[in-house]
Amino acid sequence: MNLLLLIAILYYLRRNLESKTLLPEWDKIFVRGMIVSFILFGLQFSFSPFKEVLNWVSYGAIFYLIYLSLKNPVFKPVKTLVYAVIPYIMIEFIADLTDVINKPFYEEWEFFFESASFFAFIWMIAMLFVNNKQRKALEKERQNALEDQKRLQISESMKAALEVQVAERTRELMGQKESLEKVLEDLRATQTQLIHAEKMASLGELTAGIAHEIQNPLNFVNNFSEVNNELFLELKEELDNGDIDEVKAIAADIEQNLQKISHHGKRADAIVKGMLQHSRSSGLHKEMTDINALADEYFRLAYHGLRAKDKTFNAKLNSEFDENAGSINVIAQDIGRVILNLITNAFYAVDEKRKSGLEGYEPTVTVSTKRKAAAGEEDELIQISVKDNGSGIPQGVLDKIFQPFFTTKPTGQGTGLGLSMSYDIITAHGGEFKVETKEGEGSEFIILLPVS
Amino acid sequence: MNVLVVDDEEDVKLLFEQRFRKEIKSGEMEFEFAFSGEAALNYLAQHQHEAVLILSDINMPGMSGLELLKKIKEKESAPPPTVVMITAYGDDENYKIAMGLGADDFLTKPLDFTLLKEKLKAI
Repeated sequence: MNLLLLIAILYYLRRNLESKTLLPEWDKIFVRGMIVSFILFGLQFSFSPFKEVLNWVSYGAIFYLIYLSLKNPVFKPVKTLVYAVIPYIMIEFIADLTDVINKPFYEEWEFFFESASFFAFIWMIAMLFVNNKQRKALEKERQNALEDQKRLQISESMKAALEVQVAERTRELMGQKESLEKVLEDLRATQTQLIHAEKMASLGELTAGIAHEIQNPLNFVNNFSEVNNELFLELKEELDNGDIDEVKAIAADIEQNLQKISHHGKRADAIVKGMLQHSRSSGLHKEMTDINALADEYFRLAYHGLRAKDKTFNAKLNSEFDENAGSINVIAQDIGRVILNLITNAFYAVDEKRKSGLEGYEPTVTVSTKRKAAAGEEDELIQISVKDNGSGIPQGVLDKIFQPFFTTKPTGQGTGLGLSMSYDIITAHGGEFKVETKEGEGSEFIILLPVS
Repeated sequence: MNVLVVDDEEDVKLLFEQRFRKEIKSGEMEFEFAFSGEAALNYLAQHQHEAVLILSDINMPGMSGLELLKKIKEKESAPPPTVVMITAYGDDENYKIAMGLGADDFLTKPLDFTLLKEKLKAI
């Protein structure tokens, strides 16, 4: 009987302590104890004289286990088992001991011992039952805690993995950002080069015009100088002759010629200065600029420039300058470049139409200025417009003409930057840039600049 | 002799008037000025029967000297007036075109007035 109890206790210990996983060394002892107990249990049937001895051995084993359970902190979780078992085993032990020592006394009190044993047994079962329940609850709680911990661990590891991923992505993005920045830098450099190229291209267009424009005033300077030399000789002659009226007339001519020399000298000077301004790219500043003079200057330059390149080119040039247009605070070189660009485009448009061999077509380009009041405001605007009677701009192209690199010219003939740069310049001046066009009839580009 | 000078530069008038001061004074030469090809044609239309020598610049806005030359040589009744072309560039291309159109002589800018006088007197 006690052997069975021993086996039960061992089994119970093993299960509740989870010794298989938590206490492998103790587990060995438990398993061995169970095997030995089983063997002994089998032996006591075939070999009854052992029965008494085995009974006492079992007591010893159980007491030792109880002692261990109370003493060893490892067994703390199963203390309730000990409390459940102690009363029963003690009563049984005392009963058996009494039976051995004083059999008559035992027999006299057998009923008492039996009852005590019975209640102790009930007590044990109840304790085990309660304990089992508590243990299950605890187990459940522990399981939950374990699961929580597991979840926490999973989320921790996920978080770590995510952090690694984020770091990786960040690194990738940083790399991309850097390469994009490099690309942007390259693009900026290219843009600067292109703008420079466009400036140089328009300078090239201007050079021939400028040469012609300078040649004319220089011719006048030279010719009037020569004339004055002759007039001086005549003046001396007339002085000798004593013809004072003639002397006065010649002197008046000389004076007039000197004014002409000065005038044409200044004209050449202004052209050279304009050319220098056009090629210069920095140190630009706004200054009061006579819009009519500026428009006229670039009109002529553009015309002669184109004529120098293409001898067959010709067009009727109209200028309708508003005398009240006056001066405006602008970067003259920039606005000049815009006007030059618009006029060059206009010439190109009328020349293309002329080449198509239209009967009775007269290529005409008109540059006009106008001072007008801004709509609904007191401020005044200066309007500069360049109008041609070319083929106009097709609707499909119209919304692209201000885009950089858009050009309708054959490859290599236009940078596609003229209008986009012009647009930028006008916008930077706080102005407005408009285009009115009708297919087959021509186009008009209109610049509106605020006076103040 | 009646000379029509065609040039878009208006100061040419003053220059010629002073350069040919003596000739004008003596009535040896008479100068008329047109500041565009169109104006020159108008003048010629109104003065058809006067013996005219035309001195024309090539590079002018609007009607160029070459076009003017072409129109004069096409339209004007025989004998067509003498046309002397003046060019600032003095390049072969304009020279050939003008020759083909029947130009009688050429002068290059800057004008050598001594040479011009000699030429005019020879005509």
